[in-house]
Amino acid sequence: MQGHVSELENLAGVSGFLVGWYLIAALANGGAAVYWWRQRRAPGGAAGVQAWLPSLLWLAAAAGFLGLSAVALSGQPSALSLLSLPQPLRDAADRVLGPTLVMVGAVVLLVGFYFGRQFFVRSGVAWSVLNLALLGLGLSLTDPDFVAIVARPDNVPIVGLVFLLGFFTWLAARQAVRNDRRLARHEPPLEAVDQQRVLVWPDLVYIELICMVALMTLLLVWSILLKAPLEQPASTVQTPNPSKAPWYFLGLQELLMYFDPWMAGVVVPALIIFGLMVLPYLDVNAQGNGYYTIGERKFAYLAFQFGFLVLWIVPMLLGTFCRGPNWSFFGLYETWDVHKVEALNNVQLSERFWIDWLGRPLPAAPAGAAGWQQLCAVMLRESPGLVLLGVYLLVLPGALARYSRPIWALRNRQGRCRYWITLWLLLLMALLPLKMLCRWLFNMNYFVAIPEYFFNI
Amino acid sequence: MRSLRDVIRNSQLWRSVFRHAAPLDRRTRVAVILTNVFLHLHPVSISKHGLSLSYTWCMGGITFFLFVVEAVTGVLLMFYYRPTLEWAYADMMALRDVVSLGILRELHRWAAHAMVIAAMLHMYRVFLTGSYKPPREFNWVVGVLLLVLTLLLSFTGYLLPWDQLAIWAITVGSNMARAAPLVGFEGPGASWLTVDGIDLITSTSDARFGLLGERFVGEFTLNRFYVLHCVAIPLGAGLLMAIHFWRVRKDGGISGPL
Repeated sequence: MQGHVSELENLAGVSGFLVGWYLIAALANGGAAVYWWRQRRAPGGAAGVQAWLPSLLWLAAAAGFLGLSAVALSGQPSALSLLSLPQPLRDAADRVLGPTLVMVGAVVLLVGFYFGRQFFVRSGVAWSVLNLALLGLGLSLTDPDFVAIVARPDNVPIVGLVFLLGFFTWLAARQAVRNDRRLARHEPPLEAVDQQRVLVWPDLVYIELICMVALMTLLLVWSILLKAPLEQPASTVQTPNPSKAPWYFLGLQELLMYFDPWMAGVVVPALIIFGLMVLPYLDVNAQGNGYYTIGERKFAYLAFQFGFLVLWIVPMLLGTFCRGPNWSFFGLYETWDVHKVEALNNVQLSERFWIDWLGRPLPAAPAGAAGWQQLCAVMLRESPGLVLLGVYLLVLPGALARYSRPIWALRNRQGRCRYWITLWLLLLMALLPLKMLCRWLFNMNYFVAIPEYFFNI
Repeated sequence: MRSLRDVIRNSQLWRSVFRHAAPLDRRTRVAVILTNVFLHLHPVSISKHGLSLSYTWCMGGITFFLFVVEAVTGVLLMFYYRPTLEWAYADMMALRDVVSLGILRELHRWAAHAMVIAAMLHMYRVFLTGSYKPPREFNWVVGVLLLVLTLLLSFTGYLLPWDQLAIWAITVGSNMARAAPLVGFEGPGASWLTVDGIDLITSTSDARFGLLGERFVGEFTLNRFYVLHCVAIPLGAGLLMAIHFWRVRKDGGISGPL
């Protein structure tokens, strides 16, 4: 639940944190300036303007962050406008943002990152993005509504997860791009160069020790600074609004917007676990074993990133940060309003088909008909969706193999059994974005709606 | 004159514990790994790229370390916590306000979040380096099960504070079991499972009832989740971890280009 805190009260609460935040950002940029300056002398380093421009840029960024830190330290109410994003910008962000934009944006980002990876893996680009993220988060923290949701103690690790995932996705892509360039020159990947043996004592055990000490320090500091939340005692009569599952299941809870619980809560998780477990047996590509590469396993990379980042992580973030009372969508700077109602008038595919397109009533068994007659009537009523699903799952994999040369090649490499399981898993995974699209474009509720047997897809 | 260090190292007590000289040369550095029960999880030597943090991200090791942190802080928490409706919440407040070194619950909770994140990142790294490919397919399967157990450990622990967040998060989560096909009373197909017109799957006999021990989250659920959280799942995770680590060694150590 969000309490109402004025901007000034909020500023008093966060200014201490902001001082440290901007100070760390300034120090990091100072370090970056030094690092880039030293790189200039490295063999193959840039010459001329290119040599000193980055250092100058990061030095300027450091000065800017230092200035912000000083402004935060003053804690004056007049400093508020300097430390915040302009209100019109925040309002615009709230208005524009929605589940559709978030999901579509995630796909665009992933595809853009994939095709532009040569550009994005450059240190300067990554450092700029990090600086923007640090600045954006810092400027947002003066907004009380932003703080109410993002700075909740249980949500702090998820902010950390976003940074970690961004960093590691970048780090992996960077090494993959390097390796792909080497492989294109018929050189072995970098990991193969470092194949000499080293003794575990002392080389590995000391790394482990340092890791443990560092991590334990982090945990202790984190535990001292941030109290574990304890809400009101459990009450079975007072339902909080919203009621959220633990954060790592919020992607699945977000699915409840599009699917019934038996799909979102049972079938989809089971398919995710099954799909992950059979992954090594379906991926018959022998290349890219034990080193970072994207070029040698483009399809596997894209499919996994789509499933993991776009369909698991992004809905999870959406559920954590943007879902408020009644599971309505709220922008990051928006006050949670219990009365915000999104009018949705969703229709079933069968209604569309029979009533809108054929201009006839829904087929129904006459009153008092036998069980099998009613079943037949339901099947007839839902036949458009059932046929569509049948074609999607039973005809499409075969047709794809037959009419697409690369997919035929895949089918031959994998063999029939592996191919069909792969295609089913991929098609079932794609069912989710397809359903989302149909909901956004046509207000589609269910492809197959058989509430009589709790069977809705 | 012998230094104190030599006296200690040459004492019967020291030599009974550490059966070799200080690991200063190649032979004793091998011996230290082979003769120490904790260190012998490692091979004696690894290829150099396996040391590189940008290759491993250290996430597998971090996940294991966080599991140990969870085990230690969890045992300490069990000294103070009684899983009953009467005491659970009160003990939480006592842990916060009365118990010395009052960050026990914080350590446990933040390390739990961190462990879920670390396990996911470990899986991410293993995928991105293609390390699930032969001969490591089966160890990936074990890893997926460990990831699921990590989520279940966190999920069962969610209920124990017995505050509003706890019971409603578990209510939302366990309501899914009610809709499981065939075995949930609101799931597709459950209505067909009847004998002489008597439903086999009802709200008191379906999957959610099995999970909660009653129809709604309550006293039996708390007990059930406590046992799952503190005993059953850690035992299962321990077993799978033993297999996981063993197979890392048997499948050729840290993955690398073939």
